[in-house]
Amino acid sequence: MEPGPKIEVNHEGTVTVVELLDEEILEENTINIIADSLFAVVTDNPGIKLLLNFTRVRHLSSSALGTLIRLNKQVEESNGMLKICHLRKSLLEIFKITKLNRLFDIYEDKATALSSFNN
Amino acid sequence: MPAQIYQEIEIHSTYAQAKKTEDGIIAAAQTHGYSDEDIFALRLSLEEALSNAIRHGNKQDPKKTITIRYYVNKDRIDIYIADEGTGFDPVKVPDPTMADNLESPHGRGILLMRAYMNLVEYNDTGNVIHITKLNAELDK
Repeated sequence: MEPGPKIEVNHEGTVTVVELLDEEILEENTINIIADSLFAVVTDNPGIKLLLNFTRVRHLSSSALGTLIRLNKQVEESNGMLKICHLRKSLLEIFKITKLNRLFDIYEDKATALSSFNN
Repeated sequence: MPAQIYQEIEIHSTYAQAKKTEDGIIAAAQTHGYSDEDIFALRLSLEEALSNAIRHGNKQDPKKTITIRYYVNKDRIDIYIADEGTGFDPVKVPDPTMADNLESPHGRGILLMRAYMNLVEYNDTGNVIHITKLNAELDK
């Protein structure tokens, strides 16, 4: 198991911004550690306005997508909102191939994503 | 640089050993001049194929093995991954892009491999996958 934090949590107004710190979110071990941290944030904050920042992420696997889907479900069940920003072109392509761009609200940058929570 | 790299490796069903194998194949592809886009596609597909072999094929039993054969030359990469499982019928895997399946957390690995590789095929049993990546640089 790799040491060190996998996510960084910050608050911008009413929005919880989580930056994913790994370049590669491919392997089960990495995904499980990130999932545990993300689900803990959501469980502790019912109705959360959650923005996932993918600035640093270069690789994603289908297993990581599965985790995002489960997380989104949990957020919606608590009447919260989950949005995504800063997906690089190659990762956006993965969302388009899997049509998950229809399931998730994806924004080019953090500022646009943050302001969308107020609309 | 050899004209073709050929390796046959047997590993235990662990993600650490799978990662090491992935890194070896990626290094072979880089040696033969594949682009960053091709390497991205290769890494993603290897991750999907190997984690399917570990999780679904060998049911995460580290005592079970996975056999990987790969050929890398400047034109193409061919990889065969065999697990000890009973196999499956890829035709029966639901299409994850259908509206009813969009929120299912499973079933996107094969879709991604088919999108990023030039060929994805299985043996009749469904416990050996063959993936091929052609060198996109040669078409430019």
